[in-house]
Formats: sequence, structure tokens, C-alpha cells
Amino acid sequence: MEIVSKPHEHNLVAWAKDRPDILVLSGDLTGSTEIQLFKDTYPDRFFSMGMAEQNMLSWAGGLAREGFVPFLHTFAVFLYRRPLDQLEMSVCYPNLPVRLVGFLPGLSTPGGVTHQAIEDIAVLRGLPNMTILEMGDATDVESVLDATGEIRGPVYIRMLRGDVPRLFPKTEPLRLGRARVISEGADLALITSGNCTEEAMRTTAVLAQRGVSITHLHVSTLKPFNDPAVVEAVARPKHGVITMENHVVTGGLGTCVAEVMAENGVGSRLVRMGINDTYAQGASFPYLLRKHGIDALALADRVETMLGERLGIGEDELETVRLQEAASIGAERLEAL
Amino acid sequence: MNSELSTTNTWPGQARRIANGARKRVLDLTIDRNGCYLSQTLSSADLLATLYTKSLDLGPSGGSPIPPEFSGVPGDDGAGYGLGAAYNGPRGPGFDRLLISPAHYAVAIYAVLVETGRMAPEALDQFNTDGSTVEMIGAEHSPGFELTTGSFGQALSQAGGIAMARKLRGEAGRVFVFMSDGELEEGQTWEAVQCLNHYDLDNVIVCVDVNGMQYDGATEEVMTIEPIPSRVEGFGGVAVTVDGHDVEAIDSAIQDTVHEGKPLFVLCYTDSARHVPMLNERKPKLHFVRFRNDRELADARATAESWGPAE
Repeated sequence: MEIVSKPHEHNLVAWAKDRPDILVLSGDLTGSTEIQLFKDTYPDRFFSMGMAEQNMLSWAGGLAREGFVPFLHTFAVFLYRRPLDQLEMSVCYPNLPVRLVGFLPGLSTPGGVTHQAIEDIAVLRGLPNMTILEMGDATDVESVLDATGEIRGPVYIRMLRGDVPRLFPKTEPLRLGRARVISEGADLALITSGNCTEEAMRTTAVLAQRGVSITHLHVSTLKPFNDPAVVEAVARPKHGVITMENHVVTGGLGTCVAEVMAENGVGSRLVRMGINDTYAQGASFPYLLRKHGIDALALADRVETMLGERLGIGEDELETVRLQEAASIGAERLEAL
Repeated sequence: MNSELSTTNTWPGQARRIANGARKRVLDLTIDRNGCYLSQTLSSADLLATLYTKSLDLGPSGGSPIPPEFSGVPGDDGAGYGLGAAYNGPRGPGFDRLLISPAHYAVAIYAVLVETGRMAPEALDQFNTDGSTVEMIGAEHSPGFELTTGSFGQALSQAGGIAMARKLRGEAGRVFVFMSDGELEEGQTWEAVQCLNHYDLDNVIVCVDVNGMQYDGATEEVMTIEPIPSRVEGFGGVAVTVDGHDVEAIDSAIQDTVHEGKPLFVLCYTDSARHVPMLNERKPKLHFVRFRNDRELADARATAESWGPAE
């Protein structure tokens, strides 16, 4: 699998080249949010806003009212927790083209509870006018800015940084409101988002060898959530539907899918994998995924339960798919918080 | 008060006439509706009249004299944008902008818009009625409002973004922000001041109605915000203190204060019972004035009648 180094940093600079209305606002995390290259390349379009997120959100609203498109870069938690009122009243109500680029989704930071955006999708899904996108691989990251181009209102991007795997062909860009169909099968429907997709693909590779056929969708548009492919996927499987997300199970992908199933009268069983109504501690991503039951092994276990048969999938077998990523996660942890 | 109803055509006389006309309109409304944001109007009328008649280059109102009904929130179709701002004149590189921060002052803004001929007197009949844009706590569809600022302390930061954008485009027009003193308690206000200073945004002029009152009572009892001038200066602004009922002093502070590279704060110290002395006995609880008994109502009517009919 190809690992792409800092896809957002390079893509943003290339994408903004002939777009003079694109500005970048930094919340004092320039190096950690991959905008140093933008700052070096377009110093006149880069603005340091310091550690003052309430001001940054409202300020961005002012810039957007004047025709600029500000891209706010900080850790995801600092875009929606502290400045939620500013986000709603200065940006969402007036439906302004402000782009919120939030890093460290869910448990993917050893920074602990203050840095872990585990309920961002649940919070932001309640905001009228807001579009919510989540990145799952380097191709998503490299094509998301194009996808946001036509959106008039605010967009929240759950962004990945550092070494990011490429799961999907470079020639197949992210499409707004369209899930990626990774596999099709009759036994189960598996719907994943963000970096849980990579985790799930480790399991599905092994499951395929065991003859389990799965329809696997990777969702990148969490709001609006109206992709007909999801309706189709959940209507078909023999043994039910599993969602897997790097987020609390209340209000995120699992809830979105549950709503679709209920509204379409789908009577299948739904298993929502995610953080189960709790905050987390500071630790490595693999450790936290294991602890909260949202890693490849946990998925294998859930699948076995739903199928009602043991498939004998062990940690060792899944680890062989994991080895390649170990290095990148190690490097990630060295980055500043 | 009648002695101040100057009939000369000099701008201070006009401004005072407009201010007092606005006071009368809101006093009448307070009597009619048995309650209104009266004290805010009494304290800020002279400042607002000065801004609209003298200090700012706004251009003529583009708003409908009778405001249209609420047509929807700002949406993907572009509807709902700029409806309130149109009353403050056209957008253009040379024009000043007036951004209203404390949306609870809406009735004061509406009354001044009427007095300055930017809106028809009948528009006030719609005040706080269902379906009208002349809302009690205005939003950006309401006459005179460019922003949605009922949650306090957000306008100054938005003004910063607007002022930065205008500087990036090389526009000469200034960005005025009308604020209340209670908003100085919000942490965001100070984030905004430091940022305005950091980016040398001297095209921002903030006019604060320091009436010393807020919902729970006297500001000094609720939360100390003084000394405001040194706090503003400490965060990188230039502060000037004036009598907020002296229209000439207000304008002179705006026009003559040197504040190169820094935002200017004109701190207008005011009286929230200005020209309605019966309210003095109810200080400091004047957030939303409702006359409590027949004696108060009779007093209020007598005051309103002594001012004569609205022009």
C-alpha cells in the first residue's frame, strides 16, 4: 500500500495557486496542521490568529462576507467545542463559505480528552447549513478541496495528516454525497468512515479469504447524508449491518445509518461500532482502538457474532496487514501537539 | 429637553433633534406595548444620531421604507442577504460601514432610521409583531443590521474580518462598530481587540455606549469592567472618553483622534434615563422597561406629551 506524506499540505498549496480568494487562518498550530508550506508560498494570504478560537471563527465570518474563502486550520476540537456559538452565529446562520479543517479526528491523538474530537460529527450534524466531510485516505485528502468548491455554506473537514495511506485509486476522487463501494456481497453490509475504513479493510481482506461476502461502503459525506447507495446497501444483507467509526456511536455515522434504515423500513439488525458514550484517555491510536473495540480484531469478532460462526481470525493474522502502518503511526506520535 | 430642540440647520442641532425624536418614538412604543428596550435608546440616541447624521459616510438608504416581511434565513439560493444592511447605505469601496453589535438596541436603531428618513415611521408599528423583520432583538434581515449579533461580543471579531478584507482590497471606507459596555465582559471582545491591533486595523472605529447598566443591574455591581480606557489601551487600541450626550464631542473624538495602526474606541459615557427622569428612581434595573402602575404610566405619558408630536 502506498503511503503519502502530508497530502493536505501539498494539495492545499497547489489547489490555492490560482484562487486568490483562498485565505488560510492558523490557530497557532501551523506546523501541526500542515500549513507551513502555504505560509511560505503565499505569505500574504496566511494569517496567524493566535490561541483565540472564538475570535477566529467570527473573524472568518467577516472575511467570508467580503468574498474571501477562509480555511481555518487547527485541531478539530478547537473548531467546534470552544467556539460553537461563534461557529453557529457568525458562520452557519449566514451560510458563509468558511472551511473548517480539523485535525486529529476521534482517538487519533495521544493528546488525551482535550485533544480528541470524538463527538464533533454529532455536534455539527445539528447545525443547519453545515456540510460535514471525513477523510479516509490520501485520495480523499487530495480531492476534497475540489469537492468543496461548489458549496456555498460552511464545510467541516475531518482531516488526516502526516503519512496517510492511499486506499483508493488516485484517479477516483472523492465525490460529494457519494460513498465509495469497496466491495459487494450478500452476507453483511459494512459502512465505515475516516481512518476506520483502513482498519476495517484489514479485516475484510481476511474475511474474503474465509468466504464471507460483504458490501463495504466508505462514507466521506456525513452531512447531508442522503446517498442512495447507503439505502441500497442496508436493504440487501442476509445477516445485518455494521457501522464502524472513530467517533461516539451517538450522533455519528451509526446514527446516520440507523435513521436511513428506519426511514426506509429496513428491518435488519444494526451493530454500531464506535466509542460507547465515554471520554477517553491519552494513549496511542492502536491502543485506544483496541480498548474501545473499534479495531480490526473487534470487527472480526462482531462479524463472527452476526454470522453465528467462529472463523478463527486471530490477532496474528490481522497484524500481518498492520505491519506496514506501524512505522507511520510511530512517526505521528512524535509530532507536536 | 425642549431647550435642546434646536431648530437651526447646523448638524449638531439636527443630530440632537433626531436623537430626541428617537427617544420619543421609543417612549411612545414602550407605553403602547407596555414594555420595550427604552433605557438603551435613551442612553445611545445621541451617539447613534451623530453616527448617522455626521460622522459616517454611509450614502442613502437602499432599504424599503416599509420593511418587507421575513422571507427566510440566508440560504443556498442567496435569499436573505443584505436586507438589513441596505438601510445603512450602499456597499462600495469608499463608503463607511456601520455594524450594530448589541442587537437588544434594535428599537433604538429603528427609531433613528425613522428619524433620519431611512425608514418610514409606520415601520415601527411592525415592531415585534409576528412575521415582521422589525424584530425586538434584530438579526441581519432587520433594518440597520448587517450582522446577526444577539449573542454578544461577536460583532467586533466579524468587523475585524470585514476590515481586514477591505484593507486587502485597498478600500478607503471605514468599519464602524456600535457596542454596548456589557459586551466588554465577553472574553471574545478582548481577543478581537488584540487581533485588530496585531493586524494594524485602524480602519475600525468602535463606539461604545457606556451606560453602566446591564440586565442584572449596575455594571459595577454585576462585573467590574472599569477602567475601560486603560484596558482598551492595554490590548492595543486607542481609547477616547467623551460625554455620550454631547454630539459634537462624539464626532470630534471620531474625526480628530490620531490612531494610526490601531483601532479607535470612542467610549461614550451615558445616562440610561436621559430626558426621562422618572426612570432615575428605577435605576439600576432598566434592562427592559415596563411601566409598573398607573402612576408610572401617567408620568410616562406626561413626559411623552411634553415633547410634542413626533415630526
